[in-house]
Amino acid sequence: MISSTTKAQSPLIQQLRRGLEPEQFKNAWLDIVAGWHRRELWATLGLHDVRQRYRRSTLGPFWITISMGVMVFALGLLYGQIFGQDLHEYLPFLAAGFVIWGLVSAMILGGCTTFISAEGMIRQLNAPVSIYAYREVWSAVIAFAHNIWIFVAVAWWYDASLSWNMLWVVPAVLILLINGFWMALFFGLLSARFRDVPLIVGSVVQVLFFLTPVIWRPEMLPDRALFLQLNPFYHMVEILRAPMLGHVPAFENWAAVVLIAVFGWVITLFFYSAYRWRIAYWV
Amino acid sequence: MASITLEKVSVSFPVYSSATRSIKNRLIQSATGGQIRSESGSDRISVVQALQDINLKLESGDRIGLVGHNGAGKTTLLRVLGGIYEPNEGRVSIKGSTVPLFDISLGMDPESTGYENILLRGLYLGLSRSQMRARLDEIADFTELGDFLNLPIRTYSAGMRMRLAFAVSTSVAPDILLIDEGIGAGDAAFLEKASQRLKLFTEQVSIIVLSSHSEALISKMCTKAVLMEHGRVIGAGTTEDVLEQYKESRDGSPKAAPLEVSISPASVPQQAVVPSPCDPGSGASAKDRADWADRTAHLLREGRWQDVDLDRLVTEVESLAHTQSQN
Repeated sequence: MISSTTKAQSPLIQQLRRGLEPEQFKNAWLDIVAGWHRRELWATLGLHDVRQRYRRSTLGPFWITISMGVMVFALGLLYGQIFGQDLHEYLPFLAAGFVIWGLVSAMILGGCTTFISAEGMIRQLNAPVSIYAYREVWSAVIAFAHNIWIFVAVAWWYDASLSWNMLWVVPAVLILLINGFWMALFFGLLSARFRDVPLIVGSVVQVLFFLTPVIWRPEMLPDRALFLQLNPFYHMVEILRAPMLGHVPAFENWAAVVLIAVFGWVITLFFYSAYRWRIAYWV
Repeated sequence: MASITLEKVSVSFPVYSSATRSIKNRLIQSATGGQIRSESGSDRISVVQALQDINLKLESGDRIGLVGHNGAGKTTLLRVLGGIYEPNEGRVSIKGSTVPLFDISLGMDPESTGYENILLRGLYLGLSRSQMRARLDEIADFTELGDFLNLPIRTYSAGMRMRLAFAVSTSVAPDILLIDEGIGAGDAAFLEKASQRLKLFTEQVSIIVLSSHSEALISKMCTKAVLMEHGRVIGAGTTEDVLEQYKESRDGSPKAAPLEVSISPASVPQQAVVPSPCDPGSGASAKDRADWADRTAHLLREGRWQDVDLDRLVTEVESLAHTQSQN
């Protein structure tokens, strides 16, 4: 039975007017908790995603490491010359930046396809849909674990000294993952409904790569520009890069990232509570 | 005790066009107060009403067969029973562990070995790795695939994959089992061999819902049946009664044809032109058309203009005029 309807009012506005029922919120939360309990499933799926790309090559997933390594060295030598930087300092900085950028962008870009790429499974399997977001974050983590060795190798080559500040790496990775998880849920949900979202997000992330101090140092800017402070990626990269290079991360960076996490989760929980049940219809 | 209760369940699908799939269009629309409207109606979202007002109560021991034409809503109903689709309206309460067996080869990774795939499918079914390891030998024995289990399953034949999937899927009995048509289709020999296992397996399951076009299979496996049409339950009861009703409704459908002719005679000459009436493609479209004409006639009689697909009505009338002028 087919009927055509025009929506007089956007469903989002209706939703905002009506507010969320506690039960919707509870179901969304239970979905995320139940997703965590299925971690053996999504961990396996995430691993398969990474392995599948390199299945029949001898080096396997270490191609990730190699391509990252080649990029870091080529760009390091080039931009070290252009910016007149001392490679001793610049290469570890660049390697750390690239590796972190790889993690953050993989979580966002992969997050966009969270539900779209799992289309078949969503319609066949009665599992909590949050497992697909966990899966995307997990495959980004696996790729990160391969890339991090580029930084370790560069740091070792330039005799970087170990310091206690490096312990900040652990909480920094954790908060990045917490952020990555809401991004996967939120952008995944939005992309499932609006298919141009992955394209929009893709081009925005590409532009932000150049606006974020990955290749260039923040100190190179004449005075700390406002756009640097307003760039969420700057803070996300910085909280992890500073301890990797042996510095204490700045308070402002941590405050910004925690704020992004809280803000992001509030918005995501709202959307996820309201629209989680629609995902199976949208994909 | 496993049970499923559906109360007044309705499910409708939005069918998006590429324009309504775009957040850019949506934002521009709301920024301009929604005043830009394309003539073709491409910004309208069509809605397919897949299930309407379904009330069902399934209890332990029920073996239920779903029958109905293609597109009657059987698969959608199975997905609602499995908790995959949450309905737009109504309440669903499901007690007990549910396993949907819709696509038996779901989630098989062609590059992984047979053993890895056994583990993977076990995880899909909600088991843990350690539970699956305990069952691995028994499953491997049943498949009789031997050393092939160490090879990637892209090297397997369709029948071998089928064996693997079947062995894993039947290794653990859930409380509620939902089976969509096509399970085991084309591999009758293996099903024969596996029937013993299937029997043992299904005896442990509390509720089975089976959707199939095979009346033989339904009357063999099910004690009750539900007949669906156009997203509604039009008959429920013992298997014999419902299958009888289904047969009558099929035999009766040609008699309903004059109704459709009065609205859209265009479909009649078209059918006559088709050289082979068994051609499934044209048969389906003529059937579709007839269904649509039925519905439209119904809506028009009730004066529900707003529910009529006007674009299509115009096209149909135009094509009708053309066919007549050709004749």
